[in-house]
Amino acid sequence: MKKKLFLGLLGVALVFVAGAFYGRVSKQDVVISSSTGGASYAGGFKTDAAAPAGGIRSVAGPAPTNIVVVKDGESIQSAIKAAPKGTIIRVMPGTYHETVYVDKDDIRIIGVIEKGRRAVLDGEKKLNDAILYSGNNFVAENLEIRNYKGNGIMGQAGNNFEIRNNVIVDSGVYGIFPQLGQNGIVEHNVVSKIADAAIYIGMSDNILVAHNDVFDSVAGIEIENSRHAIVEHNYVHNNSGGLLAFVTPGLPIKDTVDVIFRKNFVVGNNHVNFGAKGSTVAGIPAGTGILVMAADDVVIEGNVISDNKVAGVIITDHAHASNITIDPESDPNSDRVKILENVMLNNGYDTITEAKALALADGIMTVKNLDIVRVGPSPGSCIINRHQYLTVGVGDFADCEFTNTASTVNYLLPPVPPREIKPGERGKVVFLGICSGCHIYNGRMIGPPIQAIQALYLDNPQGLADYIAKPVKKREDYPEMPPQDYLDPETRLAVAQYMLQVTN
Amino acid sequence: MILSLVLVTAATAGAIEPASTGFTLNSLCPPSFEKTEAGVCELRTLYQFYDSLEGRGVGGTRTALPPHRDGFTPQQIDLGRYLFFDPVLSGDGTLSCASCHDPARGLSDGRPRSIGIHGADAGRAAPTLWNVAFLKRFFWDARADSLEAQASGPLYSQKEMGNTPARLLASLNGNATYRRLFQETFPAGRGKITEQEVFTALTAFQTSLVSLNSRYDRYVHGYDAALSEREIEGLNVFRSFVARCSECHTPPLFTNEQIAVIGMPEPPGMPFDVGAEKTFGSPKLKGGFKVPTLRNITRTAPYSHDGAFSNLRAAVDFYNKGRGNAVPQGMHLYLHWHISDPNLTEAEVDRIVDFLGALTDETFLPQEPARVPSGLALN
Repeated sequence: MKKKLFLGLLGVALVFVAGAFYGRVSKQDVVISSSTGGASYAGGFKTDAAAPAGGIRSVAGPAPTNIVVVKDGESIQSAIKAAPKGTIIRVMPGTYHETVYVDKDDIRIIGVIEKGRRAVLDGEKKLNDAILYSGNNFVAENLEIRNYKGNGIMGQAGNNFEIRNNVIVDSGVYGIFPQLGQNGIVEHNVVSKIADAAIYIGMSDNILVAHNDVFDSVAGIEIENSRHAIVEHNYVHNNSGGLLAFVTPGLPIKDTVDVIFRKNFVVGNNHVNFGAKGSTVAGIPAGTGILVMAADDVVIEGNVISDNKVAGVIITDHAHASNITIDPESDPNSDRVKILENVMLNNGYDTITEAKALALADGIMTVKNLDIVRVGPSPGSCIINRHQYLTVGVGDFADCEFTNTASTVNYLLPPVPPREIKPGERGKVVFLGICSGCHIYNGRMIGPPIQAIQALYLDNPQGLADYIAKPVKKREDYPEMPPQDYLDPETRLAVAQYMLQVTN
Repeated sequence: MILSLVLVTAATAGAIEPASTGFTLNSLCPPSFEKTEAGVCELRTLYQFYDSLEGRGVGGTRTALPPHRDGFTPQQIDLGRYLFFDPVLSGDGTLSCASCHDPARGLSDGRPRSIGIHGADAGRAAPTLWNVAFLKRFFWDARADSLEAQASGPLYSQKEMGNTPARLLASLNGNATYRRLFQETFPAGRGKITEQEVFTALTAFQTSLVSLNSRYDRYVHGYDAALSEREIEGLNVFRSFVARCSECHTPPLFTNEQIAVIGMPEPPGMPFDVGAEKTFGSPKLKGGFKVPTLRNITRTAPYSHDGAFSNLRAAVDFYNKGRGNAVPQGMHLYLHWHISDPNLTEAEVDRIVDFLGALTDETFLPQEPARVPSGLALN
């Protein structure tokens, strides 16, 4: 497996040896920076929203007051189906064999833990995913998820999500996978034995991943094609790769920008790589602490990075990852990586041939340990206290102009409220988007002209709203109208009111 | 909308020819479009009430659509409709755009690969035109970046419509009705009909082909009963990470519009199609094609760039047969990472097919004109 990602390294190493890459192998002057003082990284995200002191810790908005209790032997999905949006689904301890999906807003699935007994979703290796959500303001807490084939918890475009205090074991490709969402928290989860990334933030913005324990997986925590993510205070151990910041080519969102990896324990990520053939993570050399591939503005600060046998930190680009395709719209390089103060111990003690070749090119004849490996262009990058680490390829990194990220609490936003839609606006759009296929103002289409409808219902919008829900055949020379009962009563009234006042 | 014209006699101010030719242009916008004060047609759909990450128009259920083309005049749209259906656009007057993008066949042609002028094999399948207003790249190999740029492809291909720019403009300029309709549509134009005006009108018409009122859409907008139990099961398999369909066929358009190397088979006797490798000059994209939309997919069999699959179930089943199952021996392809070995049950494959049936909506099917200005027979 480890061959795959680094096949291209050897070629570059030979160039190093030839002296064509750097013209110098000189000793750096030692510059010692203190991370407790000095300037703070300003971060790459600005918002007008005022954050409370101590930062935002909750994004899903006020908790709903409507509560439904699901007991062992009952179905969580049946409860969600029956629930109006804005409901807490309280799940009692027990075992539930189902795939739960949430396509409405403000649903919270909260497990009740009694003396250590949890609500367990068990896919028995037959079911695909435990929880799929696309609604906004989704919360999943206190659950245990086992034996699914696809994902533990997967989101598609839900914003303002909170996924916390869950135990997820051996549940397919990803443990927790919010995708295409904005403003979310993933914290205090214990995730293990996952065939790709235990926690995978895909194409999402404004994310906090904190206080999770992730282990025995191919990748620990992966931030991919996402912006403004903070990954902090996590314990990431015995995976093949610990923390990943990637740009994967071929996705509709093209970049990864502004990721802070800080104050994590990234320890002993030497698990044999059991990623599926063809998957991107199958190319991670087992023994990698932190891997940055084509992501920009990644800050690495205050982590304890130890006992990762290939390297503590690898920074690479698409060109050196031979199992990665290309994307003409994605920048393949890791720009502006910032390595601040970290504790690095005993990394790279059994590294790969390609890294040894790079070290040789940097004048290191025998590699006993290796903390940081950089290959491929990484313009604008910086490092502080470089003398502490065993490095290759970071000789051209500047000294950072800041020493910490203390001024960035997190990148979370107050709950993004749903867009307010005025009834008149909704009525117009429904009329144009649906009704105008059959009705025009003063001509015959499939249905009668609006002028004729106005004559019948001029002062009676409710009557028209009721009619379109349950039409009856009224005119011999027109086909019967199909019922529009899929529109809710307010929308039907809004469209009726709109139709009765149009003048052309 | 066209029927209405029979009743509402449109004024033909500025017409050069007598109105007896009978061709008038609709002054109303097509369904789902609002005519603004500026007199242009702008799309209105419930999806405009939603947002999407980075404005890219990919996500889950209540996700906004990608940015789209609109803002054409009703006349541009209706002139485009006449051109679209008029065989005068082909080199020998036998083929119109509608020959391969037939409203009766899901705006495609029901063939594995389209048949062009003199019976030529066009090489690839005709893609549907539903919702092309939202696309940024055109052709299976993504070699055009606008509908205007796309138009010259089939028009001038010797395997498709077999025309030349000179002959196209000569036949349109030689037709008094077209001269009048173009003058009405492009009042700023001076003298002869231009190629750009032809492309603009064709683009205007195609951007009016909108399909966003399927039962799936009703479900999205909040009507849970719009989908059957089986279809919801299918939706959940479709978006599960075992099947991974929605990772590329991403709602709301059911395409993420990226290039994907899938490794689909060629029909017997057909050479391997390198697809996007040629467009981008990149061997890593060998065999890559643009991800097609799945809206109205039940209407457009057979499936894939070369029609390798005669029905939808066979197309879905291809993915279930495992990564690389049809890659020619000895050929290395950079297969997409989502092409895996899902091992779906037969029932799960059936449910996906059930769900795809809920993406059908042809309520705004364009009206084929009874006759076209060239007087040529419609096909």
